[in-house]
Formats: sequence, C-alpha cells, structure tokens
Amino acid sequence: MESFFSRYKNVLVLAAVLVVQLIALATQIHRPTTMGVADTRTDGHHVRTVRYAMTRVIVPFEEMLTNVGHGTRDAWKNYVYLRGVRQQNAALQAEVDRLRLAQMSLMADARQGQRLQQLLGFQQQYIYKTVVAQVIGTSGSDQSRVIYIDKGSNDGLRPDMAVVTPDGIVGKVRDVFPHAAQVLEMNDQTAGAGVILETTRIRGILRGNAEGQPQVIDLLPDDRIQPGERVLTSGGDQVYPRGLAVGDVVSVGPDKQHPPYIAITVRPAANLSQLEEVLVITETQDAAGSPTDASGDAEVQRAADDASQALPSIPPQDSGTNGTNGANGTPGATGDALQVRPAQALRVDRFTPGATPPADELQPGDPNPITPKIVAPPPVVHTPAAEPDAPAGKQEQN
Amino acid sequence: MVMRSLISRREQETTFHPVVLVLVPVFALLFQVYLPHIFPRMELLDLPLLVVIYFAIMLRGPVEGTLTGMVIGLVQDAQTSHPIGVNGMAKSIIGYAAASIGVRIDVENSITRLLLTAVFSVANSLLIYLIERRLLGFDMQWLWLHEAARMVANAVVAVGFFWFLDRLRRRR
Repeated sequence: MESFFSRYKNVLVLAAVLVVQLIALATQIHRPTTMGVADTRTDGHHVRTVRYAMTRVIVPFEEMLTNVGHGTRDAWKNYVYLRGVRQQNAALQAEVDRLRLAQMSLMADARQGQRLQQLLGFQQQYIYKTVVAQVIGTSGSDQSRVIYIDKGSNDGLRPDMAVVTPDGIVGKVRDVFPHAAQVLEMNDQTAGAGVILETTRIRGILRGNAEGQPQVIDLLPDDRIQPGERVLTSGGDQVYPRGLAVGDVVSVGPDKQHPPYIAITVRPAANLSQLEEVLVITETQDAAGSPTDASGDAEVQRAADDASQALPSIPPQDSGTNGTNGANGTPGATGDALQVRPAQALRVDRFTPGATPPADELQPGDPNPITPKIVAPPPVVHTPAAEPDAPAGKQEQN
Repeated sequence: MVMRSLISRREQETTFHPVVLVLVPVFALLFQVYLPHIFPRMELLDLPLLVVIYFAIMLRGPVEGTLTGMVIGLVQDAQTSHPIGVNGMAKSIIGYAAASIGVRIDVENSITRLLLTAVFSVANSLLIYLIERRLLGFDMQWLWLHEAARMVANAVVAVGFFWFLDRLRRRR
C-alpha cells in the first residue's frame, strides 16, 4: 500500500487537486436566469471572501501604478509638452463662446421638452446622481471582461448599478468592496442588457460574444435592421436607465448557434478598451415623480383615451363632451378628455369606417363582395370649447 | 544512454531563492491585471501561465508544478467574473504536464521553450474552454485565429521572459 502511494504520488496529488477544485466549482454554479444568462453575480460567502482578499492585495498596487502613470503623464502634458497651447486656448475660447449660445437655445428646448413630457405623463427616468470613478485594472483575461474601479461601498456603490461614460454605457457593477468595485462590461459573455433599436424600435438582449463584441441576440430575421442603426438601452432590465447610447449596428447575420435567430453585432459607443474614468449611476428619478393616488385616476383616464383612439366606435365616457372636435378630429388644447374620431375620408372605399356591408348581406362567391357605399360618418363627439373650430364636422352631420 | 541523460538532467536540478518563488508569480499576476488597462492587446498574453510553465519545467517536480499551477490559477480566477477553479484546474494540469516533460527533454534550449510554450498555451485555452463549456455549461466559442495569435504571443514573449528568469535561478 505504501509503495502504491509513493509510486503514484504525482498522479494522486494531481487527481486530488482536480477533485477539490471540481467540488469547489460545483458549489458555485447557479441556475440560468430568465434571460438565459448564467447568474454569476451572486457569489457565495466564501467565494466573495476570496475575491475580497485578492482585491485587498491587488487594488492598492493597481492604484499606485495608476497614480504613477497619471502623474507622469500629467507632468509631461502640463509642464513639458506645452507646444501650441496658446493657439489651442484661443480656439477653445471661441468654441466656448459658440457653445454658450448653443446651450442657451438647447436649454430652452430641453425645458420645453420636459414640460411636454410631464404633460403627456411620461415616466421618463432621469439620471439623478452619479459617482465618478477611475478605472484601475482589469481581470487580466480576455475571457472575462471585467474592470476594477477605485470606488466602492463606502462611496455608495451597490451591485447592479449602471456604469456609463458620456459616450455610452460601459457595464454594471458586479461586486462591491469597501474601496473598490468590480464592473462587468457589457461585452462579457455573461453580461446582459435590455436594448432597443432606435429606428425600428425592436427590442432585444445585448450580450458579448467570445471575441468581446456586444451582440443583440434572440431576434428573428428582419429586413428593416440595417448597419448604422443606433442601439439604445430600453430600460427593461432595471439596471440601465432608458435611452442611453449603447452603440451602432455593425453587421446583421444569422446566429449560428441558435438558428433561426439572427445576431446583430454592435460597435460600442464607449471605448471599452481605453477607459479612464467612468460614471456610476447611483440614483435615478422619474421626471413625473412617483405615481400617486391622484395620478392613478389620470392613468385610467389616459387609458380610456387610448382605447377611444384605437376603437372609434366606443362611446365617450364623459357625457358632458358632446359636440364636434377640432377641425381634423384631433384633440384640442383644452386638456379635457377629448375623444378622437377619424377624419372624413376624401374618397370612400372599402376601408372607410361604415363602408363595409354587414355579414348577412354578403353572398358566397360574389366577385365584388364589398361595394363601397357612401354612408354617414360616425358620430363625432365634440367639446364646446372646440366647437367654433369645427366646421367640417358640423357640415358632415348636417 | 537515455537513462544517463535523464539522470544527468535530474542532477542538474535548479533551485530558486524563496523570495523569487513568491515575488515572480505575484508580479506576474499584478502586471497581468494592470497592463491590459494600458495596452488592451496585452490580454492575449498570459504571464501567470508562463510562470507556471517555467517553474514547472525548471523545478522538474510534478507535485510542485501542480501546486504552483493551482495557486496561480486560483488567484487568477479570483480576479475574473468566472467561478473560482477554472484557471486553477487548467493550470494544475499544465503544471503537472510541464514538469513531467521537463524531466525528459532539454528545456534550456530556446527553440524547445518556444515550442513547449506554444503547445501549453493552446492546451491551457483548450482546458479552459472544455471546463467552461462542458462542465459549467457556459456559451463559449473556440476561436482558432484568436488562439493562434495568443499562442504566438505567449511563445515569443516566453523566450525573453524565461531568459530573464534564468538570471534569477541558482544551480545546485
């Protein structure tokens, strides 16, 4: 027996090491989430302790190297390499003057846009509070797209907070330590983000592929998706606020691993390979505020309005708004619950409301089953305030 | 003849100062996580893997190679978002294999080192791929071009890196 162990000592040690690590791996595996991505964020207590210990050792070194690098670069740029700074300064001053004028105009537009959104009841989330963090290191592996930042739980960071740059999103906070945090980049294979294509409004899930390129996956082929289209966050993942830039569509091709779906390769808006500083979104707020009881009634009323737009035959709920509407049947500016009716058709055809004969008049095999006939347009509801502006509606009623 | 060659190679056992045995892996791990931040292409390199291969083939002990690979691999895992143990298992096997081969062939030759590193670089990637795809069920892909670039980068850097580490060893 003794000779067996001494003879196969090397192999036995290897086998023991592998078995121990295999068991350790088995305890860390989680079931896939609903997005189809393995949940690797929720490390167990022991794994988190190990990662924390490693971070405590490595982060100070990374911070030191980062500071030395930045110090050297700043000393060179600020004290040595000052060629052309005077001309650049003058050009920048002119640019600032121009931008100030543009800013005044844009601010007026922005205020107007916010007012309109509030009027329309949009629950648009705005980034309320951010923390600036410096990137101090990476995972060191191209199979794990992770960066380390120099802000942690002491600065208010928590897991699943969005990390962005002014150009676009970077990723989300995965693990938080007191003075540092691990950020899972959006091009990691285990990352996931809800996105929407700007023009086609197609929603999808963004995740990285083996080459570190973000891809929108699990989409059916659609000819409307073209390279160059912008990709934005959809807000559906509860991590990234809606409307942040993700990138541009580079190519659209079949997803070889999951036919018949397609995979859209996206060029990230943020330069993920050269990140210096990032913003961690620590707080967001709704433009219209949190829903209250009073706004609940408004929601019901708005839903009724939407239904009346979609189904013109539904009678209006408000009995006090009889009469004609605006000239084109569009809501007026009174702010009341206005009912929208389709405008009078210039040329009546089979698609015109009321032009289709009832089913009991149809004959099987009739080559012209639907004969357009001129009928009276559906009753138009109007508000007294809008009555003077609605001659067309009155004319048709008469 | 073969036996005499083996014996002579075992007699030429190389040792390192304990400080070197600790500091070289530590610095390799630190630079591995920092350098890609400055030079993104450095992600292709795997300095900890080179350290595992070097110490395994120079110390010529499969147990030492296995344990060195395990420790370095586990520390590497702790820096990633992946479960801890993927690199640990892969580098344990690499350390064992490198040490076993180091006894049998001349590992002082630069060409041999270059070829060995190239083979172990691909083997390391293959092991990680198999562990993550087959054991963990991750949706991993094998990219031939990428792995070829990694193999060449590791092999070329290894020649110079091993030459530097040779300066730190002491012959018994």
